[in-house]
Amino acid sequence: MAKKSSSYVTTLLLAPMAIWMTALLILPILVVLVYSFGELAEMGGYKPAFTLAQYANLPARLTAFKNTLVLAPAGTLAAFLIAYPLAYYLARTVEPRRRMILLTLVIVPFWTSFLIRTYAWMFILGGRGIPALLEFIGIEGVRLLNTPTAVLIGIVYGYLPLMVFPIFVSLEKVDESLLEASNDLGASPVRTFLQVTLPLSLPGVATACMIVFILLMGEFLIPALLGGGKVFFIGNALVDLFLQSRNWPFGSAVAITLVVVMLVIVSLYMRMIFKPGKTQDVSMI
Amino acid sequence: MEPKNTDLSTTNNHGDFDIEFINVTKHYGDVVALNDTNLKIPRGSFHSLLGPSGCGKTTSLRLIAGFEQPTSGDVRHRGVSMVGIPAYKRPVNMVFQHYAPFPHLNVEENISYGPRQRSPKPPKQELKKLVGEMLELVRLPGFQNRRIWQLSGGQLQRIVLARALINRPAVLLLDEPLAALDRKLRREMQMELQSLQREVGITFVLVTHDQEEALSMSDTISIMRDGGIVQTGTPSELYDTPVDRYVADFVGESNFFSGIVSAADSAQATIQTKTEISLTAPYPEGGKHLTIGQRGAIAVRPEMVLIWPLTHEQPKDIDFSVKGRITNRIYLGHQAEFRVVTDSLGEILARIPKTAEAVTRDLAPGDEILLGWQWNFGLAMPDA
Ligand SMILES: Nc1ncnc2c1ncn2[C@@H]1O[C@H](COP(=O)(O)OP(=O)(O)O)[C@@H](O)[C@H]1O
Ligand SMILES: [Mg+2]
Repeated sequence: MAKKSSSYVTTLLLAPMAIWMTALLILPILVVLVYSFGELAEMGGYKPAFTLAQYANLPARLTAFKNTLVLAPAGTLAAFLIAYPLAYYLARTVEPRRRMILLTLVIVPFWTSFLIRTYAWMFILGGRGIPALLEFIGIEGVRLLNTPTAVLIGIVYGYLPLMVFPIFVSLEKVDESLLEASNDLGASPVRTFLQVTLPLSLPGVATACMIVFILLMGEFLIPALLGGGKVFFIGNALVDLFLQSRNWPFGSAVAITLVVVMLVIVSLYMRMIFKPGKTQDVSMI
Repeated sequence: MEPKNTDLSTTNNHGDFDIEFINVTKHYGDVVALNDTNLKIPRGSFHSLLGPSGCGKTTSLRLIAGFEQPTSGDVRHRGVSMVGIPAYKRPVNMVFQHYAPFPHLNVEENISYGPRQRSPKPPKQELKKLVGEMLELVRLPGFQNRRIWQLSGGQLQRIVLARALINRPAVLLLDEPLAALDRKLRREMQMELQSLQREVGITFVLVTHDQEEALSMSDTISIMRDGGIVQTGTPSELYDTPVDRYVADFVGESNFFSGIVSAADSAQATIQTKTEISLTAPYPEGGKHLTIGQRGAIAVRPEMVLIWPLTHEQPKDIDFSVKGRITNRIYLGHQAEFRVVTDSLGEILARIPKTAEAVTRDLAPGDEILLGWQWNFGLAMPDA
């Protein structure tokens, strides 16, 4: 009896979520999937058909795919390399009183719009920003804006907090006495870091990298503003195809391809990182 | 393996001491965790640091392990100063209070952690063999591939013991290792630790707040209070000749009678209680002498107190007796414990061994009795 009513409650509680997912995630993807096999209507938009022509046309957007598949992992890696030492410092070095202040400073940028902050970087990286400063000390001819470097800088800036927090949490959870035990058993501080701290923080690192990577695969604002139309992501291609050229079938094919690529990469990644038993050890204690 | 040597008086070579504290003081900011402490732990002995929470036991261990450096004074190992030497270079290992097993490693990897830090690393085969031997030693053979979260508290305890002992340290430090175990398991582990220490022959330094544990396991014990060592000695020395009321109270049970010192010489003192009763007792060996007019206490172990029925004649050699009424009689197997209330001296505890039961066999709660002891079986000390 109790079991029956509790499963009834479970269903009831999960229903909004299920409806939400169906209406706003699964249905749209199905629509896009159908569109991707269609043809371009004369005035733009969609004409029902069943053809693979749109997929055959994918190489036309090869550069966007290339840029995304290079800069999304590169951006994830760069953000990680900067975030890890920062998270380590916050979690293990800084005194507790200053920790809160510094953590708040990491979040503060979120209080203004991402668009405005990225615009700010247009000025910093543009002709009258850093290049002008470099010129002042004698280094001339440096161009930053509208290059892959500018996009990478924008990515690291925008995604750093997202990277820092999961890593910070996992580092903070590492029990001080484990480090002392390692030290006690003859491991120097460096070896202790490599054999205890790093492995125990890996779940946080894996989570952070996955979140950032997935979001970066769909990024379009940073390349649009800091790449200046020269460093195109798939996201930019989609904006262009759906809103400017109104080529819905081709846009749908690009979108479906992006989803498939992401699913493949993420599931490979998950299988590699979250081996059964491996993370259990870390999270159980 | 080192020969056992626990006799403090005959050792004078500093190399014979695995650990020496020389005027060690440790401050944490304003907190004085350890104050001008001296300590000598002979090679191969089982030494306990016993005291209430916050008295500086863990701090002492951490100074030996190398996690903390003394604010002043010297910590030595076999005559050589260890100050400034980092923990990972010291020949000591620690069993942590909450065990601290590495959660991402299995049992075998946990135990082989120490040897794997050496350079060159021992060959795989040798490591496997060593781990196998250690698991035999702590009676968990075949546990190599268990994950840490699959182990019970008692098993974890043995694993971290093996993880420390595999390094063949000169000194093994144990910080309240049994506090988290249930009573039965604790008794079992106490005996196992004791025989393990005999087997491997290395110095054990055990921290505990449980006097029974310290008394039953140790060769020598240091009683600590407020960041200092009050007395160091064998369990029987501490029991028979506690230097002050704190030690007498901490080690075993005592009846305490306090009052003003009315007579004193270099061997014994007499105190007068508020109820105008005069009690005399000798000083413990090494104890402080009392002067007339100061507050003093006389401690009498329950085993030293005799009781007999009013109708019975007074046993011989009794120097003092008082009338009382039995409130409790507790059967302890090998002895009977009587709780007696007296008008002039309050509640008094007496333990009568089974062999002397003839006189007390028929006594029951409510009975009026006489109770007394020999002056020589009490101890006079300052009233702390
Ligand atoms: N890291 C620390 N910082 C500040 N005070 C400490 C620290 N460690 C211990 N203390 C203080 O030092 C005193 C002794 O502590 P400790 O050695 O842990 O005692 P015990 O192990 O006997 O309970 C206590 O008053 C404790 O609060
Ligand atoms: Mg402690």
